[in-house]
Amino acid sequence: MSRGSRPARVGATPGKTLSTVILVIAGLAFAYPLYALGAFAFQPVGQHSGFTLDHLAALGDPVRGYQYRQLWEGIQNSVVIALVTVALMLVFLLPAMILAELRYRRLRQLIEFVCLLPISIPTVVLAVGFVPVYQQVWKITGSVAWILAFAIGIIVLPYAFRPIQANISGLDVVTLSEASRSLGAGWFRTVWSVILPNLRRGMLSAALLTVSVVLGEYTIASFLQQNTFQTGLALLQHADPYVASTFALAALIFVFLILALIGAAGSLGRNRKAPR
Amino acid sequence: MTVASTAAADRPAGAGASKPRRRVAGWLGFAPFAAYTLVFMAIPTLLAIWSGLTTEDGSFTLANFAAFTDQSVLKAFLNSVLLSAAVAVAAAIIGAVLCVALLAAKPDGLLRVIVDAASSVLAQFGGVMLAFAFIATMGSAGVLTLWLRDTFGFDLNSLAPDPTAGPLLYQVAGLFFPYLYFSIPLMVIVFMPAVEGLRPQWGEAVATLGGSRLRYWRHVAFPVLAPSFFGATILLFASAFSSFATAAALTNAGILIPVVMQQDLGSETVSGIAHIPGVLAIGMVVIMGLVMWAYSALQRRAARWQR
Repeated sequence: MSRGSRPARVGATPGKTLSTVILVIAGLAFAYPLYALGAFAFQPVGQHSGFTLDHLAALGDPVRGYQYRQLWEGIQNSVVIALVTVALMLVFLLPAMILAELRYRRLRQLIEFVCLLPISIPTVVLAVGFVPVYQQVWKITGSVAWILAFAIGIIVLPYAFRPIQANISGLDVVTLSEASRSLGAGWFRTVWSVILPNLRRGMLSAALLTVSVVLGEYTIASFLQQNTFQTGLALLQHADPYVASTFALAALIFVFLILALIGAAGSLGRNRKAPR
Repeated sequence: MTVASTAAADRPAGAGASKPRRRVAGWLGFAPFAAYTLVFMAIPTLLAIWSGLTTEDGSFTLANFAAFTDQSVLKAFLNSVLLSAAVAVAAAIIGAVLCVALLAAKPDGLLRVIVDAASSVLAQFGGVMLAFAFIATMGSAGVLTLWLRDTFGFDLNSLAPDPTAGPLLYQVAGLFFPYLYFSIPLMVIVFMPAVEGLRPQWGEAVATLGGSRLRYWRHVAFPVLAPSFFGATILLFASAFSSFATAAALTNAGILIPVVMQQDLGSETVSGIAHIPGVLAIGMVVIMGLVMWAYSALQRRAARWQR
């Protein structure tokens, strides 16, 4: 608690020293399991220390290829599912949100309610219900993984909704569309060349968050017995925990970078507005 | 389609036709979203509940609730509720302290960007991968386990309440740690806006009136934050309660209710057992419903302060 020239602290803001100590301790505690994961991923088999790249070399070994086939297939499936889910959000969610904002403003609350509902329905409950639904779907399509995108799209809704909503409420959509219409544009042109370009940031954040959710999704794939990145990891954990850990760490870092990017873009935007 | 064509047919004459048609077309814009959420959200939820209330041939029954007399099911429910409650309370307190400490950082600074991104990763996208991290930390050959053993001669697994059930991490008590690991970041995400909502003027007002910081906390900050704090605690409970991936990756035995549901689903070839996950889903929905009701009641109280 420094005295001297600085004014006495008031309110909730804690002292610099105390908060630094707390944050450093927390940072170390949270980094420790990730450090353990990284250290384990590169340990020689059967030892508890040391560093080797042999496990990664095994990935290219054709003799052991069968061990990793399921993981590669799972990664492919997850990538396809992620792309389809992003497309679903753009086709189903985005038009409904824009339409509600432009013409049916009373429906905005309903859409928000529906989009946030999956937070309060446990995913396992949804998954139990998806089993009979997908039995019917798969009768038509055959057991293909990308159709999982429809199920995962539901748990993605809250994550996709928020950034788009934040973007929309930062715009004056009604004035924009009136301006565009008074210049002679039709509804389609208004949405396509005025509203959508203004929503790019929200759409990008929503798409990146969607990819993150799909890459981390385990529950639905596991209940529906499909092979995705996470189920592939869980299986590989028994055969080759080292490689499984490497992929887990890489995925965590990848998603972290995506989110840091979204966050940095968001706060840069705020900084730019601030001086005005 | 048929709606649009009949609406147009009702008014065949001239300019009047375009308006109602456009109105119908406007409503049709919601149709894809409505159809999608109906088929993939409403119907699965109802099917899950319905499967708990029907017999093999589809007629209504309450007999499936007999599942709740099964000792292992009851135990799993109890484990789930106790673990989630313990995790929620502990994570809420630790997370709240972290939120207040984070007030010292610049709101748009690099530290906050990193903390926000890391919190989202750990709270929402980790599941199976966090389980791996904890196996590497607290498993029988984990870094922490070995360090405690070599440095202090202390066996981490001696803390396990049931010594016959293997290492601590694979028991309900051990799951506390990975659950804490994704719940504290969730608390930071949920509670940070409330902490940031504390206005500096309130602190200045207390100081001007001669109040100490202790008084500020007791009479201003704590009462203002309390509803959000309890609301966030409830949200943490809900999140831990319905979490599946971490527990499934760590345990084989069905010690938590979501894992039991998946195992029952896997063995649905046994006659009648497909309805058990449904009835367990009802149990989960009831508990979640109670929790969400409490949450919304608290949020309404919290909203009074956040004008």
